[in-house]
Amino acid sequence: MKPRQKRLAFVGLAILGIGAASALALTALQSNISYFFSPSQVLANEAPPDHVFRLGGLVTKGTVTRQQDGLTVHFDVTDNAETVKVAYTGILPDLFSEGKGVVTKGKLGPDGIFYADEVLAKHDEEYLPPEVASTLKTAHAEGVIQAAEANGTGASN
Amino acid sequence: MTLNWFKLASPASFYPIAGRLIPAFWILTALLLVVGLYWGFFQTPDQLGGSNPQREYYRIIFIHVPSAWMSMWLYVVMVGWAAIGLVFNTRLSFMMANAVAPTGAIFTFLALWTGAFWGRTSWGTYWDWDPRLTSELVLFFMYIGYMALHSAIDDTRRADRAAALLAIVGLVMVPVIFWSINCPDPTQCAALHQRSGLGRVDGNILFAMLIMTLAFWMHSFATIFMRLRSIILTREADSQWVRELLNPEDRT
Repeated sequence: MKPRQKRLAFVGLAILGIGAASALALTALQSNISYFFSPSQVLANEAPPDHVFRLGGLVTKGTVTRQQDGLTVHFDVTDNAETVKVAYTGILPDLFSEGKGVVTKGKLGPDGIFYADEVLAKHDEEYLPPEVASTLKTAHAEGVIQAAEANGTGASN
Repeated sequence: MTLNWFKLASPASFYPIAGRLIPAFWILTALLLVVGLYWGFFQTPDQLGGSNPQREYYRIIFIHVPSAWMSMWLYVVMVGWAAIGLVFNTRLSFMMANAVAPTGAIFTFLALWTGAFWGRTSWGTYWDWDPRLTSELVLFFMYIGYMALHSAIDDTRRADRAAALLAIVGLVMVPVIFWSINCPDPTQCAALHQRSGLGRVDGNILFAMLIMTLAFWMHSFATIFMRLRSIILTREADSQWVRELLNPEDRT
């Protein structure tokens, strides 16, 4: 082999190795959910007791309530299997809303309530103007209704 | 007609070519920036709707997303030149890799910086150790490390090879950044970023974003070629053609 081919083989092998390392890191990242714990994991006592950890999931609809002081907020975080109650005092981020993803950081109290020092909202990949987004939604709803009607007539025939 | 690549690969003949290309790239940068910023500010909705009700501040993405794309792309370009330099021992490719690094570092910094401001309003934090943010920060350190290692070794040829190896090792970060967030289920997603799907972005927003990306790309060409020309002059300072270029009256 000429020196140039040797170097080419060396660099090629290096890049292959890097690719393998990258793939391994990615699979590790994907199976590694220790960035936050889900409510199911918390209820299964997988989260560290007496330690600060992150709890992530969706804010259950209709559970966001404010206390008298106007700053402390209570809401439920769910992973559609289990639910954990969260208490947080502070300003909520702009994108925090019911039914949306949230990542909270804090400690689990002895009363089973998660006392958060930090609440982070997750954003969505949908970047649409309000009109388009609402038309999409109504179009979808209409489609569902039409499909239901079509099924209904189909059944009556 | 076949291009003589080997002739182009010589610093002496690429120096004037780069010089002629730089103004063209600057003009393209300015035009695309004007179009992209105009479109981003005046042809896009003031507020997003649906499941992602971000207000005016979402326009940070017109700087943020193109910078993040360029930070990854320029790293791949830098590694490409470094690898070509290692294999073929060509002087110009190492100089090219050297010239790319600062621009890439600046775009990485811009992506992190603008992301922090955007994140403060939407997520509620400037910074969090989420996989994508962390891996982008590591990419920034890779650029810095490449430049630092190169400047720490006095012998330019040894510095080129050592820094090139470091750059190739750092390539591991690019796929990690790119795929660190692809999780379809928000209850399982171990990241603050969401899966990025261009299909669910409004046409005007996407257009402004792509034009800005092109503008940043042209800007990269312009700045990299300018830096490349000064690197060529520094490194070839002892050669005949540079001496003739600097002191035309010396020509005998």
